[in-house]
Amino acid sequence: MSGAGHRGGGVTDFSTYLGPEDTLAGRPAEGGIVGRSGLASGTGKVDGPPKVTGAAVYTADLRLPRMAHAKLLRSPHAHARILAIDAAEALAMPGVLAVLTGADLPGRHGPIPVARDETALAVDKVRYRGEPVACVAAVDEATAREALARVRVDYEPLPAVFTLDEALDPGSPAIHEHLARKAARTGRSPNVLRRVHQSFGDPDAGFAEADLVMEESYFYPGSTHVPLEPHAALAAPEPGGRLRVWTSTQNPHSVHRTIAAVLGLDPAAVRLTKPEVGGGYGGKCDTFVTELCASALALRLGRPVRLALEREEVFYAHRGRHPTRMRVKMGLKADGRITALELEALANGGAYASYGVVTAYYLGVFGTLPYRLDHYRFTATRVYTNLPPCGPKRGHGAIQPRFAIELHLDRMAHALGLDPAEVRLRNAVEPNTVTVNGLRVTSVGLRECVERVVEASGYRDKRGRLGPGRGVGLAASAYMSGALHPTYANEGPHSMVQVKVDRSGRVTILSGTADIGQGSNHMLATVVAERLGIEPADCTVVEADTDLTPVDLGSYSSRVTFMAGNAALQAAERVRKRLVSAVSAELGCDPADLVLRGRRVFVRDEPDRGVDWRRAIALAEAEAGALGAMGSYRPPRIGNRFRRQSVGPSPAYSFTAQVAEVSVDLETGEVRVEHVWCAHDLGRVLHPEIAAGQIEGCVYMGVGEALLEEQAYRDGLLRAPSLLEYRVPTVHETPAIHPILVESHDPEGPFGAKEVGEGPQLGTVPAIAAAIHDATGAWLTAPPYTPDKVLAALRRRGVR
Amino acid sequence: MSDPTRPGGSPPEPPRSRGPGRGPASEVVASFLVNGEAVRALVPATRTLLEFLRDELGLTGTKHGCDLGDCGACTVLVDGVPRLACLTLVAELEGAAVTTVEGLAADGRLSPIQDALDRHGAAQCGYCTPGIAVNLTALLAEEPHPDDAAIREVLGSNICRCTGYTRILDAAREVAGGGQ
Ligand code: FES
Ligand code: FES
Repeated sequence: MSGAGHRGGGVTDFSTYLGPEDTLAGRPAEGGIVGRSGLASGTGKVDGPPKVTGAAVYTADLRLPRMAHAKLLRSPHAHARILAIDAAEALAMPGVLAVLTGADLPGRHGPIPVARDETALAVDKVRYRGEPVACVAAVDEATAREALARVRVDYEPLPAVFTLDEALDPGSPAIHEHLARKAARTGRSPNVLRRVHQSFGDPDAGFAEADLVMEESYFYPGSTHVPLEPHAALAAPEPGGRLRVWTSTQNPHSVHRTIAAVLGLDPAAVRLTKPEVGGGYGGKCDTFVTELCASALALRLGRPVRLALEREEVFYAHRGRHPTRMRVKMGLKADGRITALELEALANGGAYASYGVVTAYYLGVFGTLPYRLDHYRFTATRVYTNLPPCGPKRGHGAIQPRFAIELHLDRMAHALGLDPAEVRLRNAVEPNTVTVNGLRVTSVGLRECVERVVEASGYRDKRGRLGPGRGVGLAASAYMSGALHPTYANEGPHSMVQVKVDRSGRVTILSGTADIGQGSNHMLATVVAERLGIEPADCTVVEADTDLTPVDLGSYSSRVTFMAGNAALQAAERVRKRLVSAVSAELGCDPADLVLRGRRVFVRDEPDRGVDWRRAIALAEAEAGALGAMGSYRPPRIGNRFRRQSVGPSPAYSFTAQVAEVSVDLETGEVRVEHVWCAHDLGRVLHPEIAAGQIEGCVYMGVGEALLEEQAYRDGLLRAPSLLEYRVPTVHETPAIHPILVESHDPEGPFGAKEVGEGPQLGTVPAIAAAIHDATGAWLTAPPYTPDKVLAALRRRGVR
Repeated sequence: MSDPTRPGGSPPEPPRSRGPGRGPASEVVASFLVNGEAVRALVPATRTLLEFLRDELGLTGTKHGCDLGDCGACTVLVDGVPRLACLTLVAELEGAAVTTVEGLAADGRLSPIQDALDRHGAAQCGYCTPGIAVNLTALLAEEPHPDDAAIREVLGSNICRCTGYTRILDAAREVAGGGQ
């Protein structure tokens, strides 16, 4: 049996892992590693058919007898004291069942324990236009909506804070009172959630060594996720005083805990289920008013209550990309080696913390990847303003600085007359190293990513040669495969998976993971099936139901394949051992000679000597009883030189290089992205279509942020709170996307796999920005690249 | 521009009544087919087809993405022509034949476009998929071998936030090309 040097997750043995020679790249016609078990294997996902027939059930599709409907009243003020709320007139309307206000749910919550500053409904004060103030339940949605107009709220408007500069002003009005007291002591602004400053090596010495030092400013705009399914929750009281909740969430475990905490319930009395989720991209990581109000109302009314957001409200729920102002200073040797990097990032976070403490760290920590750096320092500040709260959006906190750093590197390469691809290769971080800020790096496929994307795109032939108005640009990046530390302190595994085997041959996988479209259900089925020599289609995945499934921390930080995949692998391995033990006893052979493949267990060199899958199960049950196992994953305890570096380290990092090809209409300033080639090192391909689909989705989202999308406000009022006004790319604005799958066989990933759901977005916008420079000669430092901005830049350059 | 003071953050115009709760609701009767089955609806004049399908017939495969005609998630066929169910009133449907995503598969077999969408991994979260399957079905019924421009033209009315459309286009091209 060939061990593959695997150390992660307590898994030691890979009987079906064929090793690095198995490289699957590009877009092979067949399934990934599955299919090697010898069975005809379709490439569709285990949960594919319900999604194409309309049978898949999302939260708002659920209907329960006597279900009531809730609607939210939202604040017209960006910052105001709530003097009084009078709901008597609404409550008197026929069909109105209850009205909740902030006083009914005063418990503070938030995903990060050190910054729990949010309540379900505003208490005493509103902090952004559109903040929920009251929630009305009625027999139907129309009645609830009408009743909202009869809830009277008296406000005393307060001066509001909207911009970074206003928020940083020590004299700015405090958005959160508890910070006002601290600010009064320190003389600093009361609206700073977190400021992180870290310095590694000797940056000044690094700059002194450089042949060229450049310093520039960049701005990355805010944007929002726009999941096609608006947030929705349904809650129902259950006999025995329990509460059931169904909700459209990425983080069932965190929402489960938060509902219990805010409502003062024992978490054991709450059963939370995640139905299908119609997209998240980070936008459904927080606990929302939907979940908290539906739960509270269901308990109060003793009947099911649904609270589903309307499209416009999804824009207020937000938690999107932080608009971030940045300053980058970099030193380069004449040969392109980076000698030092300094980054300053100021992020406008909106009215509540959400994951903003983590955002502040992510803005700086990932500056040391994907390039080798000996000297690095950063300051990252995340402030409060009177705007809808920002939070984690795909590539959380890493997108903005990577945009600035990549574009900056391109500018410097240009200034030195160097090939930007060569500069990336020259600086590429090496495998099995530790970065200057203490990130342990294992597998690295960056070189292959750069080389393959340069080759596939014809970058070297095209750069500078496509003529006026056309150009190519390149960028590289790295991202985490899950966080080493959980969002709340606990010693437990980050993911646990149960595998149970039925006598029929059907295998059920129970996992607290949340498939939000990224394909984690199919990933689990793939890993288990591969280990047991069956097909993903033989597996039923039961996910995200707190009464049924063991805990997984959730779909954030690109952790699920790595962590839940390893837990599933360990569980499957334990089942495999039972099967091998029973079958070897039956056949009288050495257990080490048995292979599980093609729904059979047989002797490796004598394929006819074996038993079929059901017989193997029967033998295992006869030998030692019920057949099933649990597996779990906890990240390795990586010693860290920097104790304060608790946010950022990951068990593995993915790497990406991409090339964008654009055309710019020099008359109108319109930018079209024609092609994006994106090579991504995901460690190992578990399913080529799903993996490539994640890359395509990332690039798509990057194109939206590059060309069209901005969550913009005027005096705190959203400018574009509809799909007509907030323009996401349709098929017409979406380029041809060419994913390239690169395998680096991570030593600790499940079958060598790493993340693919977020990392590919990091380089899309800077690649497009570099391509616009190639096309026009203008460095555009603040997306989105709308025609007005592009034309203004062309005029400045005298092109127009 | 939005005005969050408005209840529920709903759009300003027109003040659409969604049910009997508002004003003197006039009711309408309409008889039509839904996926081949006869339906007789007695509903408020303002009832949309999207609400009717989801809330009264339990056909929740047709999705609510915006309720404003901006996303295409609610696309159904009315007499073979794609229509946005959120902008279609039940009152308009007398004598019509409505096909929803639930009506595309016949005898438990996926339709060619459904099968292709599945095999190409074109459904990630799947929320856009019913509207897209319906929209492409109409295109392929009218023109069995549409070229790329025709496919793109049709897909332009469906937002997908997950896939970058790549695999949706692949699936449509495969069926348009006769399944090679
Ligand atoms: S729900 Fe009808 S177009 Fe969006
Ligand atoms: S698959 Fe999620 S919106 Fe299209």
